[in-house]
Amino acid sequence: MRRFKEFLIEKIILLNGFACILFVILIFFFLAKDGLTLFKTVSPWHFLFGTLWNPLAEPPQVGILPLFLGSLIVTLGATVISVPLGMACAIFIGEIAPRWIRELLKAGVELLAAIPSIVIGFIGMTMLGPIVKNLFHLPTGLTALTGSLALAFMAIPTIVSIMEDAISSVPRSYKEGSLALGATHWQTIHRVIIPAASSGIVAAVMLGIGRVIGETMAVMMLTGNASVLPKTILEPVRTMTATIAAEMGETVRGSEHYFALFALGLVLFVITFFINLAADAALHQKQK
Amino acid sequence: MSKIDIQNLDLFYGPFQALINVNLAIEEKMITALIGPSGCGKSTLLRCLNRMNDLIDGVKITGKVLIDGENIYENGTDLVMLRKKVGMVFQRPNPFPLSIFDNIAYGPRTHGNMNQAELEDIVEKSLRHVELWDILKDKLDYSALNLSLEQQQRLCIARLVAVTPDVMLMDEPCSALDPVATSKIEELMAELKKHYTILIVTHNMQQAARVSDRTGFMLLGKLMEYGETRQVFTTPKEIKTEEYITGRYG
Ligand SMILES: Nc1ncnc2c1ncn2[C@@H]1O[C@H](COP(=O)(O)OP(=O)(O)OP(=O)(O)O)[C@@H](O)[C@H]1O
Ligand SMILES: [Mg+2]
Repeated sequence: MRRFKEFLIEKIILLNGFACILFVILIFFFLAKDGLTLFKTVSPWHFLFGTLWNPLAEPPQVGILPLFLGSLIVTLGATVISVPLGMACAIFIGEIAPRWIRELLKAGVELLAAIPSIVIGFIGMTMLGPIVKNLFHLPTGLTALTGSLALAFMAIPTIVSIMEDAISSVPRSYKEGSLALGATHWQTIHRVIIPAASSGIVAAVMLGIGRVIGETMAVMMLTGNASVLPKTILEPVRTMTATIAAEMGETVRGSEHYFALFALGLVLFVITFFINLAADAALHQKQK
Repeated sequence: MSKIDIQNLDLFYGPFQALINVNLAIEEKMITALIGPSGCGKSTLLRCLNRMNDLIDGVKITGKVLIDGENIYENGTDLVMLRKKVGMVFQRPNPFPLSIFDNIAYGPRTHGNMNQAELEDIVEKSLRHVELWDILKDKLDYSALNLSLEQQQRLCIARLVAVTPDVMLMDEPCSALDPVATSKIEELMAELKKHYTILIVTHNMQQAARVSDRTGFMLLGKLMEYGETRQVFTTPKEIKTEEYITGRYG
C-alpha cells in the first residue's frame, strides 16, 4: 500500500514537471502559428528592420525596428541603473550590514518586489515624470529615461535577492582564509567573494533584465508611446510589450495587424527565452 | 625572550568562558602542539593568536598576547600586519576557487603591488617550499579545487609561505587527510620548522609526539600542563594528562 502511494506521488510529480514543459511548448506553437502567418504577406526583413510601425495605414506598415529599439533603450537604461545599485545593496546585505539591519533590508527588498507594477507606473507618472521634465527642460516627462528609472526600481528586488543568495552561499572558509592572510574586508569581498559568487551574480543580472524586458504596464504609462526611432534616452519611445498591450484589443482578428502583433510576441518570447537560458547557463556553470 | 607569550588570557563567547587564565610561552622555530579533548578550547586559543576570534559576535577577551614583545590586543594593533606575520592553516583545506597561481599570488597581491615577474618568482619559490612545484609547474592556471586534498593543503601552506609569516598556526591540518598524506605533511612540517615558529592543534596523539618539540595539554578551557613533548608524554606531571594520553578519555 505504501509502495503504491510512493509510486503514485512520484508519477504525479513527474506529470507536473512534464506539464510545465508542455505548456511552454504549446504557448510557443500558439504564438508561432499566428505569428508566422504574417510572413505570407510581409517579408521577415521588412518586419524586423522596417522603420515604420503604422499598422492602420493603407497598406499597413509593420516594421518593428522602432519598437525593438524602444525596448532596447529602456532595458539598457534600466540595467545600467539597477545593476550597480542592486549589486551594492546585495554586498551590503550579504557582507557588511550588522544582523538587524540585514533582516530589515531583506524584508524591505521583498516588500519592494511585492509592489504591483501599475502602482509603480502611477507613482512614476505623477512624481518621476515631472521631475525628469523639469530637470532636463523637456516638453514631456514621459520618456525612455522615466521608464528606465521605474523599471530599474522593479528589477532591483530580483537582482538583490538572487545576488545576495549567491554572496551568502560563498563558503565561510574562503572568507576566513583570505582574512587570515591579512587581506582587508574589502579586498576579501572583491577578490574572493565576488569571483566565487560570479555565476550567481551573472544569473541575477540576466533575470533582472528578463524582468525588465517583459514588463508592460509601467512602461506603457511612462514612456510616452511614440513609435519613432529613438535618438536619445530623453525622448518618448514605445516598447514591444506596450505595443501589444495597447493594440491587441482594437485589432481585427485575422488582419495583418493581428498577425503582426503575434509575430511581435514571438520576437519577445525568443528574446526572453534566450536571456533565461543564459542565466541558467551562468548558474550552472562549472569551474574549469 | 619567547616568540609568543600568552599572559592571563580569558575568553568569553557571550556568557560562556572558553579560555580560563591561560599562560603559555611559545619558543621560536619550534613546533608546539596543543592537545586535549574536543571542545576544550584548542582552536579558540589558536585563533586568539591572529585575532580571528574578532570575527565572531559577542566575543570578549582579556589578558595579553605578546608576539615579539608586543601585545597584539593593544588598541591600534594593525590586523593586516599581524595576520601577515601570524598565518593560519585550516582544518579543511580551503584554497580559493581561483587558479593555482592566483591562490599563491593572493597574499603578495593584497600586500603590495608586485610586477608579474616578481609574482612568478614568489609562486615558484612557495610551491618549491612545499614540494609541489615539480608536479604543478605546468598546471598553474588550473583551478586549485581540482587538486587532491593533500595537494590542496600543501597549496594552502604555500599560499601562506608566499606572505613570509613568522608564525604558522595549524588547526588540525591533517584531519581531512589519509595516513600517507598525513605523514607527508608531517615531513613538510619538520622542514618548515627551520624557518617558522609553528603551533599545531591535533587530536592525533602520535602526531603530537612525532612532530612537536613542546606540548600543551588543555582541558575545559584551562592549560593543564605544558612542557617538552618527551616529558609530557613519558612523565606527565598531572594525572589528567596521563589519563588523556593513555586514552582513558577524549
Ligand atoms: N563561536 C562560538 N560561539 C560560542 N561558543 C563557541 C564558539 N566557538 C566555540 N565555542 C565553544 O567554546 C569551546 C571551545 O571550542 P573550540 O572550538 O576552541 O574547541 P576545540 O578544543 O578546538 O575542539 P575540537 O577539538 O572539537 O576542535 C567549546 O565548548 C565550544 O562549544
Ligand atoms: Mg578545534
